[in-house]
Amino acid sequence: MPNNLNSSNHISSRVDEELQNVLGNVLAMGGLAEEQLTNAIESLISSDVPLASAVVDKEIQVNTMEVRIDQECTNILARRQPAATDLRLLMAIIKTITDLERIGDEAQKIAKRAIDLTEKQGGPRSYYISIKAMGNLVVTMLHDALDALARMDSKDALAVANKEPESDDQYSAIMRQLITYMMEDARNISGALDAIWVIRALERIGDHSRNICEYVIYLVEGKDVRHISLEQVEKEVINSNK
Amino acid sequence: MQQNKTNTVINLEEDNGERFVNKNTDSTPTHSMNLGDIVENGGEKANLAEEKVAISVTDFNLFYGSKQALKDINMTIPEKKVTAFIGPSGCGKSTLLRSFNRMNDLIDSVNVSGEISIDGENIFDKMVNVADLRRRVGMVFQKPNPFPKSIYENVAYGLRIQGVNDRRTIDAVVEKSLKGAALWDEVKDRLDDLAMGLSGGQQQRLVIARAIAIEPEIILLDEPASALDPISTLKVEELIYELKNNFTIVIVTHNMQQAARVSDYTAYMYLGELVEFNDTSTLFTNPEEKMTEDYITGRYG
Repeated sequence: MPNNLNSSNHISSRVDEELQNVLGNVLAMGGLAEEQLTNAIESLISSDVPLASAVVDKEIQVNTMEVRIDQECTNILARRQPAATDLRLLMAIIKTITDLERIGDEAQKIAKRAIDLTEKQGGPRSYYISIKAMGNLVVTMLHDALDALARMDSKDALAVANKEPESDDQYSAIMRQLITYMMEDARNISGALDAIWVIRALERIGDHSRNICEYVIYLVEGKDVRHISLEQVEKEVINSNK
Repeated sequence: MQQNKTNTVINLEEDNGERFVNKNTDSTPTHSMNLGDIVENGGEKANLAEEKVAISVTDFNLFYGSKQALKDINMTIPEKKVTAFIGPSGCGKSTLLRSFNRMNDLIDSVNVSGEISIDGENIFDKMVNVADLRRRVGMVFQKPNPFPKSIYENVAYGLRIQGVNDRRTIDAVVEKSLKGAALWDEVKDRLDDLAMGLSGGQQQRLVIARAIAIEPEIILLDEPASALDPISTLKVEELIYELKNNFTIVIVTHNMQQAARVSDYTAYMYLGELVEFNDTSTLFTNPEEKMTEDYITGRYG
């Protein structure tokens, strides 16, 4: 396994092969989800309908990969009876792909709204700048979460998880901005509602990315850090690195 | 399209309400997937129908005196794959395994009917030379049984019996067999030591080396790892995986996790009958028979 947990190989080379394979597939799936997200945001910002349609069409690939990786994991669980690190790796993978699949769904939603918004109001609006900034933050979070998984680095994972409140703040700020627009002119309402769906999707993706980081921490440290505050997560990670 | 109605409260001069409808929102589901892609790329699932046949068993029955130990067994063992037999004690799995090289002949009260064919030839045919059959179908038992000779002589034994005496030939075969059994590195400096001095796991691999030295087509393994510690077990399992490149392997095991780890195909037997025979992934993730499910999930008995 290419990680800093267990550098030595299994007696059974097939176990190495299979685990490496499935992890590779998860990272490929993550790459695809990231690409979908980047393109979805880009299609909205630049009112690019063909690009948005491509994102919508491609979503099927993310779903397919989820099912495939699930199959692989089922087989490994049934046939290799993994323990300790290997078991945690599989648990982390099975959970990660669910979040990645959701990210794919959210990216598709953004792309659909991009098509709607472009058809409704033609070109970009001023609040697109804020959406773009939030989009960049969320893309970076997802990218770094996947990096942390690839390198099995719990400190990197923690750093990404720490960014998640920032995406919440941006969400609230843009929301306030959009409400102002709607109050100014009722004709803005339709577009603003669509934009709210977009930022809602981005906020969710931020949550999913944080989830992935929590799985990485579970994988590396063997500690379940879900549903606790970031301060507590930080303590757990730092304590175990002493 | 229902959104359309609820939005009519907003009265806008240049807006007929249509712009409130999201044309693209519900057109494509977010839960579609490409099944074809999964079938094509969804792992290298083994398929019995596509395998070459090494052993074919037809309507095979076996009796110990009046007691029927095997009932109407029909199956084909694929070539150069690992096939595992699992099932509770007394289900007939070892009996079936031993039938493949007629080890049951050694028991007086045994009667058989039906056919077992290897290379299209019924092994119960009067013309078949049993010694030759056992050369082609080697066997390794639960307890390692090295001869009280040196490591070297243990592996060379089969060749010597065949009348091979050329030292260089034997040297080459011994080295190749010990390498094949993943034992060479551990014993190469002490080939003349007594085989009894090896650990249990090493002895078992030595016995496997002895079996492969005479280049059989098929190797039968009867509980090859049940007397070994976990690490030796894993080494033997890894060896089995390597061996299938050159040999057809049939293994009987009480340990179903072992069957799941090493085999390509698994047969579940119960009370002398073949209940289910399928590729190992399917059998261990989604067995067809309730009986198989109960056994592999530990609900048996």
